[in-house]
Amino acid sequence: MSQPPFKQRVAAGLADERVRRAVKLATLHKVAARGAGMSRLRNPEELRDLAARIKQHTLRRLPDYLELFAARVEGSGGRVHFAAGAADACRIVCGIARESGARLAVKAKSMVSEEIHLNAALQAAGVRVVETDLGEFIVQIDNDRPSHIVTPIIHKDRKRVAVAMQRETGCAYTEDPRELSEVARVHLRDIFRRCDLGITGVNFGVAETGSLCVCTNEGNGRMTMTRPRVHVALMGIEKLVPRLTDLAVFLKLLARSSTGQPLTTYTTLITGPRRPGEADGPEHLHVVILDNGRSPLLGGEFESVLRCIRCGACLNACPVYRNIGGHAYGGVYPGPIGALVTPLLSTPERHAELPRASSLCGACAVACPVKIDIPELLVKLRRDTLAAAPLGKRVAMRVWRWLMLSPRRYSWAQRRLPLLVRRGPDGWITGGAGPLAAWLSQRDLPPLPPRTFREWWRANR
Amino acid sequence: MRVALLVTCLVDTFLPRVGEACVRVLRHFGCDVEFPEGQTCCGQPAFNSGAHDDARAVARHMIRVFEPCQAVVTPSASCATMVRRHFPELFEHEPQSRDAARELASRTFEFCEFLRTRLNVRIEDHLRFDQPVTFHYPCHARDIYSPADLAALMLAAAGPQLRSPEQGDLCCGFGGMFAVDYPGVSGGLLEDKLAQLSATGAATVVCNEGGCALQIAGGAHRRGVPLRCKHVAEHLAESLGLMDAAP
Repeated sequence: MSQPPFKQRVAAGLADERVRRAVKLATLHKVAARGAGMSRLRNPEELRDLAARIKQHTLRRLPDYLELFAARVEGSGGRVHFAAGAADACRIVCGIARESGARLAVKAKSMVSEEIHLNAALQAAGVRVVETDLGEFIVQIDNDRPSHIVTPIIHKDRKRVAVAMQRETGCAYTEDPRELSEVARVHLRDIFRRCDLGITGVNFGVAETGSLCVCTNEGNGRMTMTRPRVHVALMGIEKLVPRLTDLAVFLKLLARSSTGQPLTTYTTLITGPRRPGEADGPEHLHVVILDNGRSPLLGGEFESVLRCIRCGACLNACPVYRNIGGHAYGGVYPGPIGALVTPLLSTPERHAELPRASSLCGACAVACPVKIDIPELLVKLRRDTLAAAPLGKRVAMRVWRWLMLSPRRYSWAQRRLPLLVRRGPDGWITGGAGPLAAWLSQRDLPPLPPRTFREWWRANR
Repeated sequence: MRVALLVTCLVDTFLPRVGEACVRVLRHFGCDVEFPEGQTCCGQPAFNSGAHDDARAVARHMIRVFEPCQAVVTPSASCATMVRRHFPELFEHEPQSRDAARELASRTFEFCEFLRTRLNVRIEDHLRFDQPVTFHYPCHARDIYSPADLAALMLAAAGPQLRSPEQGDLCCGFGGMFAVDYPGVSGGLLEDKLAQLSATGAATVVCNEGGCALQIAGGAHRRGVPLRCKHVAEHLAESLGLMDAAP
């Protein structure tokens, strides 16, 4: 997929007032909801610490836990497939579809399926895929891309949703959310009746039992897991927790961090396919476990990004995300976590601008339920991708260093400053050269003081 | 007590009144203030840009300059964090320099923190606000004081004059080189910040970070918003009668 360069995407995001307003409204609402939800916990800080520690522990022993999890899934009648990369994962899922003779697949929301571009692969293999999460459904019928991990159409207002729904389903035009959901419900029920393959993501895989936990708010996840003959669950290798009891920690945090809810409306936990005598569930369960660039991060400086439970709290908290929107990030994962994960899961040098587009304010880290120190990791990624930064920037840094290593050169530069600037009638600086020009494109500088601090000091020591 | 002022490059160049206020207040509370003239910049622009070799060279210079000083005080929480947290990181693989960096880190304090913890000064007892006042929490102070700490200090000091912003800790969009690399995004953040600050109705913003102050005051001036920033050191110096009120 070719996209315009990052700076152009950022400019497009900034220029779209309608989207900016929609995103600001929605994210600020979620920030407030998260605050209220978290404050109802007895000790939210301790819980975040515990969640971080559980994930960190799991990552440290990931091969063991993966082995245990795979054995338990197979022991309960499911099949486990390991996929090294996106293409492998798509091949595996297409193979399952072919073997089971599936023509129509339903899909619940899954970021991993976006990451591997599964829909395109299945379509090419002759399988129609229908998104059943309302947001993802609208993305699909509008030929759009999700712009938020949890709320894929956060960038759309109800008018755009209404137009897309009318075009796809032929319903009467309405902007009423209740009516629109009803239209989608009826439309999707028919698909659910006819489908023969269900694809979901996995919020948590429980190693000791081989159970899959899927959290949704619309019930579509549960239908996707139980209605079709075949269920394919996709997960990254980092989605494991060791024990069933660990879910108590993560389920308390996931929905709260995401939307402020104490729990998602539907929290579905399944172990294996339908057993003899059971009323529902798929005949076959396949669990596809994806690496796709994750395992090289284990044990390294960036390991903690694999703690992420994809709650979207960092996106909501981020003032940059609120201003540029999710599409500007270009990857499947937008926002602060995306600025880390997109480069880290592929070639960091090719995404050197992403970690730089942050004020490092740390609102993301404060919101993160598993305490990923996002700003610190962004700086480390800037360090690792420095060679890919513009030459002018690297040269400027070298010049700055030369100036800062000597107080004489530093003072000399201070005294040259007035020569680089243009003043307004009240003395405030309104224009200038070099890096000052970028600064002065958005704000003025106060009048240069008659003497610097060090000049004052010499007179008043 | 002998203290060395790490004035920071932004205060030195653009906001010397803040440095002057620090000197006067520290002297008022019995400190013998010195200003090591070899000092330049703490290295944040390079560090945050990922140019860690450049940051390391400048950090080495600053460690040498401040080596003889017993205590180092700075009006900037982000520069204090640079010295305390990132200097030792930069020399992780050089044991000798790392020890010197840790030494300096343990002797470096942010201005308010120093008054409170080393001089046992209750800052709120000495501050007086005759006009409505609001405040900005600098994001990079997180290692040193929390948004709640600043809000509590402001409430205790300003009482009925306090006009709290909706989110005291909303980023102003400065972010060092970010403001230059992504001026449009930085400007977007700035507008959100200015909207919240001007909604308070106060004309004075207590802002203890040079970068944030330049961003907020400069943005307000460009947009004709009547807001000005003042460091708590300036307020203290004025309240204690050590400096005339700013023009």
